[in-house]
Amino acid sequence: MNKTVFFGAMTAAVTLVAGAASATVLDEVKARGELNCGVSTGVNGFSAPDSAGEWQGFDVAVCRAVAAAVLGDPKKVKFVTTTGQTRFTALASGEIDMLARNTTWTLSRDADLKFTFAGVNYYDGQGFMINKAMGVSSAKELDGSTVCIQTGTTTELNLADYFKANNMTYEPVPIETNAEAQQQYLAGACDVYTTDASGLAATRATFADPENHALLPEIISKEPLGPLVAHGDDQWADIVRWTMNALVAAEELGITSANIEELSKGTANPEVDRMLGSSEDDLGAMFGLDKQWAKRAIAANGNYGEIFAANIGESTPIGLARGLNALWTQGGLQYSPPFR
Amino acid sequence: MSDTHSNTAAYVRDTMIPQKAPPTGQVGAVRWLTENLFSGPVNTILTLLGVAAVYFLFVHLGPWFQNSIWNANSLAECREILDGASGACWGVIKDRWHQLLFGFYPQYTDPAIISALTGVDLATAKGWGDASVEAEKGFGVVFRYWRPSLTFILMVAALVPVLFDAIPRKALWFSAAFPFLAFWLLWGGSIWFPVFAMMGFAVGYIAFIALQRISSLAATVGAVLAPVIWWFFLAEPIGDAVASAIPISLVPIQSHDFGGFMISIIIGVTGIALSLPIGILLALGRQSDMPLVKWICVGFIEFIRGVPLITLLFTASLLLNYFLPPGTNFDIVLRVIIMVTLFAAAYMAEVIRGGFAALPRGQYEAADALGLDYWKSQRLILLPQVLKISIPGIVNTFIGLFKDTTLVVFIGILDPIGLSSAIRADSNWNGIFMELYAFIALCFFIFCFGMSRYSQYLEGKLKTDHH
Amino acid sequence: MAMTSEPSGSSFRLSMLIYDTRYRSITIQILFLFLFMAGFAWLVDNTLANLAQKGKDINFGFLGSRAGYDINQMLVNYTNDSSHARAWIVGLLNTLVLAVAACASATVIGVIAGVLRLSKSWIVSKIMTVYVEIFRNVPLLLWIIVIFAVLTEITPAPNAFRGENPTSSMFFFDSVAITNRGTYLPGALFDRSLGDINLGIVSVSTNYIVLIALIIASIWGYRALQRKAGVVQEATGVRPVTWWKSALILIAPTLIALLAMGFHLEYPELKGFNFQGGSYLRNSFIAMWLALTLYTGAFIAENVRAGILAISKGQTEAAFALGLRPNRTMNLVILPQALRVIIPPLISQYLNITKNTSLAIAVGYMDLRATLGGITLNQTGRELECMLLLMMTYLIVSLMISGAMNVYNNSVKLKER
Repeated sequence: MNKTVFFGAMTAAVTLVAGAASATVLDEVKARGELNCGVSTGVNGFSAPDSAGEWQGFDVAVCRAVAAAVLGDPKKVKFVTTTGQTRFTALASGEIDMLARNTTWTLSRDADLKFTFAGVNYYDGQGFMINKAMGVSSAKELDGSTVCIQTGTTTELNLADYFKANNMTYEPVPIETNAEAQQQYLAGACDVYTTDASGLAATRATFADPENHALLPEIISKEPLGPLVAHGDDQWADIVRWTMNALVAAEELGITSANIEELSKGTANPEVDRMLGSSEDDLGAMFGLDKQWAKRAIAANGNYGEIFAANIGESTPIGLARGLNALWTQGGLQYSPPFR
Repeated sequence: MSDTHSNTAAYVRDTMIPQKAPPTGQVGAVRWLTENLFSGPVNTILTLLGVAAVYFLFVHLGPWFQNSIWNANSLAECREILDGASGACWGVIKDRWHQLLFGFYPQYTDPAIISALTGVDLATAKGWGDASVEAEKGFGVVFRYWRPSLTFILMVAALVPVLFDAIPRKALWFSAAFPFLAFWLLWGGSIWFPVFAMMGFAVGYIAFIALQRISSLAATVGAVLAPVIWWFFLAEPIGDAVASAIPISLVPIQSHDFGGFMISIIIGVTGIALSLPIGILLALGRQSDMPLVKWICVGFIEFIRGVPLITLLFTASLLLNYFLPPGTNFDIVLRVIIMVTLFAAAYMAEVIRGGFAALPRGQYEAADALGLDYWKSQRLILLPQVLKISIPGIVNTFIGLFKDTTLVVFIGILDPIGLSSAIRADSNWNGIFMELYAFIALCFFIFCFGMSRYSQYLEGKLKTDHH
Repeated sequence: MAMTSEPSGSSFRLSMLIYDTRYRSITIQILFLFLFMAGFAWLVDNTLANLAQKGKDINFGFLGSRAGYDINQMLVNYTNDSSHARAWIVGLLNTLVLAVAACASATVIGVIAGVLRLSKSWIVSKIMTVYVEIFRNVPLLLWIIVIFAVLTEITPAPNAFRGENPTSSMFFFDSVAITNRGTYLPGALFDRSLGDINLGIVSVSTNYIVLIALIIASIWGYRALQRKAGVVQEATGVRPVTWWKSALILIAPTLIALLAMGFHLEYPELKGFNFQGGSYLRNSFIAMWLALTLYTGAFIAENVRAGILAISKGQTEAAFALGLRPNRTMNLVILPQALRVIIPPLISQYLNITKNTSLAIAVGYMDLRATLGGITLNQTGRELECMLLLMMTYLIVSLMISGAMNVYNNSVKLKER
């Protein structure tokens, strides 16, 4: 029996290996009929499976938009869960086509690890959360405190730098997952929990007593989070980048999931027509897609503003304000280059 | 004689006195207590300490279990119902147990068939959370996940003839076919793929029989080459032709949708099954009197046994792509199975080596005396006995491996522990932990305890054979 | 394939390489080696091709660069300015400390549980059976997480010690504080330091070296005294009174040295966010320690039980016949013999503990896997180099443990004549 098992699996292995890569990522994805998208193993509001096993969240929406643009169906995404440690290898090895896992854009990740960041879908910064009963109002008063951090991220380095620069000491408590960090923090095993401010807000939203916990005013780092792809296929990077841009531009131009069908019949605004593929210009053909790609991407989950509102916005339990992530026309940083 | 006796003795009893009741200390509960609980000062102290420990646990865990809440859709709801009291919120298990068992394996949702089987009309239901679906959630899940459920049942059926002698030996044919069947049921696709893969073995066997007349060397070479030619050159075109003529297929499902206990069992069972032949070869190599073969095998075994499994899993996740030709890229579950197989093979080799050591010397000598060559004596005399006495060790290795599959959580595979944190990332269940851990621990316990009992039963049986 | 030397007697034919048993094993070995080398070369070639394709190289230079992250538990000096190589050593030492502590306590727990499982007290033996079965049949990782969670939940936060009416208080005259961050114990301090000895990467306080040397010397002196008493007893039949001499030899030198060096205890005190001063066992360490101890203890208990049951009943009966009481029988007759059965599986349990310390990342204990194989790997992106170093380190540690234990095993093995 055991010999048969052995050889059976070997043939299976050989068959799976046979699907090895040679073409561009776009061709591969099209041939596969599915987009492999790396997400985290679970961050409230950004990516988490619901009880029916459907992935939901802000990062997940980016994957779905790209799948809609490329494959025509936002459901054709295979979500690959990655940890802080395995995410980059998964991307570099081609196991996933893109990574949308609140990953900070840094020089070394760009140049040394050889990834292309397709833009920033959330401007974040590292903050601190503390129980109000501690009576601390500034991160400068945290000398000697015990700090919970998620390991395997840039937050560890930022934290070390910040305390060093301010001549303070601290006791790091490295934690593998957000769920455990939260448990440690709530039990008082650490005084402060530090991670991206959005993550802190998302975590605080789920507490039984959110009003007793405060985010300190200091934001000690810049954490531009965005989806990324591997170096070496500029066409694919362009597709992911412009899908993101389309979502932002759609909000700017007032295209929503409600009125997109209406607008795609033709409008007075030539840029809207170009984006939605209702004019002569065929923007999609420039990177191997059809005319309707942006329309489908926007129709998948709505524009950037809708995605934000539905997953992490103020009406959700997470309740994040737009802040830096408002459109540039409203004092934020979200800005799309022109569709031309 | 009786006369003298009756004359000399002053009094002789001629009736039996009625039996007295034994002293109270020697009967029933009291005797049991004094013998088993209070037989000496040390034992008395130990007993009292034991009672105190049990009482302590009861007092602290009792209320938690007593206030169990099953009907809640979020932790907040549980907290509201409990109103500050301590209590378990099993609602999370009720809501997510199908995920903990099957991961994100797609559910079979043909309303007509589901309602025929379970009596719940799904045509009017809206999905999970709908009241009528809630009612169907219990046993109906088996039908919704009929593919993994059926595979599991078949796996048990395939294991029984391997594990118990009493089953007719013919049933082993089913065990041999099971891996292919399981592959088809779980991953789906055309049935002809596993069937033609299986036919490779038949081809190899036919080649072996046919060539044996020429020479045993040719037969061996033929038995290896023929299936390879079959798999790589013939199986695909013929298979495609047959598949288009008689299309029987299941919806293909990718291993990424696998999760929960299903993935633990798949990795554990496949790892142990694949590692057995490799383990046997390694054990033979380690016993070999050819120094080169021996030292390479020893080096491999000691290397694998010297490093933690987690480093091998990281190798699977981070490095295996480096070691294979550029552009090769395959499934993480398969990569994990490869590394787990290598890991288990080293331990298996040691178990088998133990089996060889336990075999009486006379068996080797008898095989030699019959004039059998090395492979024949291994195949016909030694290995059947060695494998038999190694089964308890193999089962123990399997238990260890099955428990170790939880380490895949570190490389992002959603096994039960990984799912527990994914579930906690949902706003509804954020902050819950003990209930999930308790459920996972219970499932593991049932599996592992059952298997260890089997291995103990077998050890006992093997022991009596010797005496 | 010209033959340079012919075997004497018969002429050599090529087919003899396959059919002649004298040469066949050489043929097979050469073929095997060739396949092995080819396989190895294939892997190396692929790796080089892949590295070239990704524009990476194999370079261990990152070990010398600044690590940039902090580690909470460190046995040697380390700051975030130290190198990655030093972080590796800090991690290795943390791994070793945990492994040694867990091996010692698991042995104790295992022996106690194994013996008590055979206890005559029904309830005790049942409790031990339940303990062994529960711990053996649930994954270690789950135990680690559960124990850590339980420790976090049931012990008070340092906050609970604060204020006018603290809800928690310290134990043993305010010297021990058990919190959900860890346990604070009094620490040893010396007024008069004798300086440090620098051993390359680690510097050790001379005070401790002096103390350890004195204790070893005392024990040696004590044994010499006992031996001498034994000789006198052999010769005269009367054993000289030695208890006060023994006590003096064992205690006095250490005590005098402690006084001379100005030894005193430093008590932990709640200052600012945390307790300060004294020594500190982090909860991550305690959770790992407890989990490894209880989990492996259950396995060792089974080994011990099997070892005891392997000793034939005649031994017990003979000991009883000599008039030994049950616990003396266990200590003097059964356990020494059972030891020979117990030690080989014990070695593999020690190896398991060492390898299982690599799960420490689950509770944030900064062991080898978490420093070199975790943060360093992640920050530098050098997965090939880090994994190689990591595996080699574990392999060397494992081989050293099994080597040392095998030497011990050989020394207690029954000398057969």
